[in-house]
Amino acid sequence: MKRLFLIEFHKLRNNRAAKILSLIYFILFSAIALFTSIKFNFGSIDFRLADQGIFNFPFIWHFNAYFVAFLKLFLAVVIVSMVSSEYTNRTLKQNLIDGLSKKEFILSKFYGVLGFAFASTLLLFIVSLVLGLIFSDYDEFSIIFSDLEYIFAYFLKLVGFFSLCLFFGILLKRSAFALGFLFLLWIFEGIVQLFVKFQAESLDVILNVLPLQSMSNLIIEPFTRLGIVKSAATQLNSEFTKSYDVEWSAILIVLAWSFIFIYSSWKLLQKRDL
Amino acid sequence: MLALHVTLARAFRLTGNHLALKTILKLKELTKKFGSLTAVDALTFDIQKGNVYGILGPNGSGKSTTLGMVLNVVNPSSGSFEWFGGDMNTHEALKKVGAIIESPNFYPSMSAEDNLKLVCKIKGVNYSRIDDVLEIVNLHDRKKDHFKSYSLGMKQRLAIASALLNDPEILILDEPTNGLDPQGIHQIREIIKKIAADGMTILLASHLLDEVEKVCSHVVVIRKGVKLYAGPVDELNATHGFFELKSEQKDKLKSFLATHSAIERYDEEDNDLIKAILAQPYEAKFLNQECFEKGILLTHLVKRKETLEEQFLKLTKNQ
Repeated sequence: MKRLFLIEFHKLRNNRAAKILSLIYFILFSAIALFTSIKFNFGSIDFRLADQGIFNFPFIWHFNAYFVAFLKLFLAVVIVSMVSSEYTNRTLKQNLIDGLSKKEFILSKFYGVLGFAFASTLLLFIVSLVLGLIFSDYDEFSIIFSDLEYIFAYFLKLVGFFSLCLFFGILLKRSAFALGFLFLLWIFEGIVQLFVKFQAESLDVILNVLPLQSMSNLIIEPFTRLGIVKSAATQLNSEFTKSYDVEWSAILIVLAWSFIFIYSSWKLLQKRDL
Repeated sequence: MLALHVTLARAFRLTGNHLALKTILKLKELTKKFGSLTAVDALTFDIQKGNVYGILGPNGSGKSTTLGMVLNVVNPSSGSFEWFGGDMNTHEALKKVGAIIESPNFYPSMSAEDNLKLVCKIKGVNYSRIDDVLEIVNLHDRKKDHFKSYSLGMKQRLAIASALLNDPEILILDEPTNGLDPQGIHQIREIIKKIAADGMTILLASHLLDEVEKVCSHVVVIRKGVKLYAGPVDELNATHGFFELKSEQKDKLKSFLATHSAIERYDEEDNDLIKAILAQPYEAKFLNQECFEKGILLTHLVKRKETLEEQFLKLTKNQ
């Protein structure tokens, strides 16, 4: 495992596009955190996002995990191109000739995916911890380290999403096609969602197993949980209750998808003549 | 012709040195079909340690597909192959093989050195030979430069360096001089000759016959995926050679040749040359003397064997 990870790391370290995109990603990541802590002056009103309670432990874990997840698109580009460039440079062929098996190749890419997901998660954890320590109203140890399942869910969400990118990269061999396909899948799931909502409500179970939807189900939007919004919602509808927990079913579905994507990537590569 | 003789001499020397032959690669009825096209048709041959093999065949004869199969990038339709006696996985075996195929494939934004480091990681060998192999192919002073800044000739030399990294049991070269300029071709040939002289087992696929002729002791000839011949170069050429003769007394010469016991038959070539094929070993000086005694003055007399090219053309035409 170490050998395969080091092989992938060696490739990424020496790939300029991957380096630049990853750097942008991690800078943006930190910049967003900084941005929220800026005080805005709207005339006489001082507004600071950080003062709205979003950085209170343990809510911050949920909020940040949800909020920064869209940045994963940057890394998706890196993942897709790190696969498709192996095809276009024909280095995949050379890797196999040099003695890497097809399984090892896919595994090394998967370890790369795990590496990216882990690094992002670690960064999320550190940034949230720092912001929380600065702005949170609560700082008891037990509160700080509660609700950490959102961090885990974030990790899983990235692993699932990157595995999907990896699969598209292997399937389509070109990064532009792979990203386009990702976009198509997103639209397709949107259409299915609309259809189910308006035409066939009894089918709404299947919404939970769509790949992108299942990943987004891992971390439910945190906005209605915010103090102000929540009180407004309860006033409008006194029975407003919603579970914000990370559901076991969602975890299992995403794990299953990740496995399916990686396994099919391997099978696909095995069947192909290069 | 001298080159062929030198090669043959080396072939004998090499086989002499390796009396206990070790089979490196064994192909059994290896077949590849692309749809209705059979690119490789039940190919069977062995590669023994210490020999230099040439795979000959016109473009599209299935050479690269065959190599692709044994190198784990093309899936065989049927048949099998085994590396080193078949007691290890193909990808494990390939760690002991050095191979370059068609075009040199490396990571463009990595330096030559980093590319080689990656190959070391894949093959599971340490970095100690990187400088040595770069020295062999004369790229040592450019090792920090990006691969994409290399010329085609340099890229191909880097590919050879990469194939030598693990001190391989066998070196596989697929069209190593394809697309190179004359200087590049010469450099690659010199490198191959040097490696071959060190006794390394080499499998060289090429449609350039003189390339193969200069270095190979054994050949496998394939056409349209079918094996026409596999064996030592000198057995492909199992005749005693022939004389090329020219004389102003052409008719007299012809009647003399027709009755000569050592001459099997003769053919008239386009440019007034007469090609007399030998039925048994015979020296040119005796023939010359006999002609002179009969009053035939030769203006041209050469004894030679057929070149690989002539044999190859004959072989592929007959089928």
